[in-house]
Amino acid sequence: MTALLPEVPAAPGRHAAEVAFPDRERYRAQVAAYRDAGFELCADLCAVDYLTHPGRWLPEGVTPERFEVVVNLLSLSQKRRVRVRVQVPERDPVVDSVVDVYPGADAMEREAYDLMGIVFTGHPDLTRILMPEDWEGHPLRKDYGVGRVPVQFKEAPGPR
Amino acid sequence: MSDDLFVSAAAGKPTAGKPAATGPAGKPGAPGPAPGAPDPAAGIRTAARVAETSEGAQELLVRPATPPGELRRELGAVLRLPEGGVLDPGDIDVERRDDETMIINMGPQHPSTHGVLRLMLELDGETVLRTKPVIGYLHTGMEKTGEELTYVQGTTNVTRMDYLSPLNNELVFCLATEALLDIELPPRAVWIRMLMSELQRVSSHLMWMATNGMDLGSTSMMIYGFREREMVLSFFEKATGLRMNNNYIRPGGVAADLPDGWEDDVEVICETVLARTYEYDELLTGQPIFRERTEGIGNLTAEEALALSATGPILRSTGVPWDLRRTMPYLAYDQVDFDVIVGTYGDNFDRYSVRLNEIRESIRIIRQVAERMPPGDYRVQDRKVTPPPRARIDESMEALIHHFKVFTEGFRVPEGEVYVAIESPRGELGCELVSDGTSKPYRMHIRGPSFVNLQTVPLLLRGGLIADAVAVVSSVDPVMGEVDR
Repeated sequence: MTALLPEVPAAPGRHAAEVAFPDRERYRAQVAAYRDAGFELCADLCAVDYLTHPGRWLPEGVTPERFEVVVNLLSLSQKRRVRVRVQVPERDPVVDSVVDVYPGADAMEREAYDLMGIVFTGHPDLTRILMPEDWEGHPLRKDYGVGRVPVQFKEAPGPR
Repeated sequence: MSDDLFVSAAAGKPTAGKPAATGPAGKPGAPGPAPGAPDPAAGIRTAARVAETSEGAQELLVRPATPPGELRRELGAVLRLPEGGVLDPGDIDVERRDDETMIINMGPQHPSTHGVLRLMLELDGETVLRTKPVIGYLHTGMEKTGEELTYVQGTTNVTRMDYLSPLNNELVFCLATEALLDIELPPRAVWIRMLMSELQRVSSHLMWMATNGMDLGSTSMMIYGFREREMVLSFFEKATGLRMNNNYIRPGGVAADLPDGWEDDVEVICETVLARTYEYDELLTGQPIFRERTEGIGNLTAEEALALSATGPILRSTGVPWDLRRTMPYLAYDQVDFDVIVGTYGDNFDRYSVRLNEIRESIRIIRQVAERMPPGDYRVQDRKVTPPPRARIDESMEALIHHFKVFTEGFRVPEGEVYVAIESPRGELGCELVSDGTSKPYRMHIRGPSFVNLQTVPLLLRGGLIADAVAVVSSVDPVMGEVDR
């Protein structure tokens, strides 16, 4: 039994029954379709920045973009997992929120927004969760260098 | 400044319906949101929109300044609705005027918040209405650090996330790495890993029993819990060299074989801890004060737990028999005999019983593992992944090169991405690993069970007493190292 929406490319996954690659328009609908098909629990949601690793494998018909939001869904009744990978372009890093489908995705989407700068439309409280709220930039992006915080003591090197 | 304790006490404000917070009040839908007609833009609260309030964007806002969608979410209304439905704010049963409530701050340095968890509580007298956990005080960017370390070094990084069960963190990282490498482990390595992760579960649950006892005022339980945990940690020290943050489970197997006489040590631990769990029964389980403080406090239904992605003892306490060791076996858990412990009511007492009985089940597993520990290698004999034995380095140039390569450049992992999950003492511990074919992870994301489970806290606390807040937070068992990573 599959809950794939029509015209959503998919591939078999490692440690997952299938990996769906919907576009941004069908992302939320695809996640909701999985939920209706018995995937009760949103196990994980995270974002990946493919800036320095452009040549990854994707099924035909999927245009690689800089960001990717990966959702891992878990079905307790069928004892299997599916993954949903949606491509999010760099210039417009916006994707629908799935909080109304899975309320448990709340903190995970906030984390993805905080650390990767993905904006989830429809999220009720899209604020930073781990970083201070006046922080600039999104640390897990590949173009965000490490070691940027000036240290208050010693003659530590400043921002570089 | 008394800002720490009293973030915003709205009591006594003469102008009702106006945000008590200072700053440019009135921006995010100030004069009370119109019921039933949520402004689509008001649904999203961004840092820019509320940057100037005294509470700040990440924190709990006074009611008039809270957008309706957010208020519904905080009140748990999203969970009581069929999918996609929107609740009229007037339906929210705990509807309070702003001058009756106050928002106080608990933590981040409160001794019972298990680290640096900060809770913003909206109180009406002693009743908790809304709660917002504010986290990030221990954020050290471990996922970013993980991208700078090779796979060999990576275990030293992930082991520091959940510092009460470091071996489980190493295990999930290694399982993900090995899934990408596509290597098969020798049976002894698998069983050693299983032994260690079950001992870790025992020690983690004992630690939880200790802190939970302390939070409820039972200092004897704290001392007993730490005492028994120390036995397990002493064994870890003997086997791995360190009590915590062991870096023992590594890609390709484990760092060293078990020490001589490990069977006796393990049997002593099993015997002692098992006998002591019955002492805990006498100390806590049947004790009227303890039961008063835990029974019926912080109830959660199975639907709510699933909706909020809660896993581990929290999910099992609601009656859902979901344990990855049984339902999606990894290592060799399908070859050992154990029971999945479930509760009924999903209250504090059920979470306590689930954990206490899981200690006993883990001891059952440990005994089976000790009995059936297969002989053989404790790591794969693939010199591209694991270093050669120390003695070989003096004899063989090739071994020296391999040793050098493994510890400097590390090994290359084929391109790909994988999500692997195991059952840590706190729930589903997942590792999302993306490799670009080099010797460092391209992206390493850890799904910390504490981080996700913390979302249940507002629901568990809602309508309860402030005195129970400590007990409820304790029963969720958050480890802040893992929450903030």
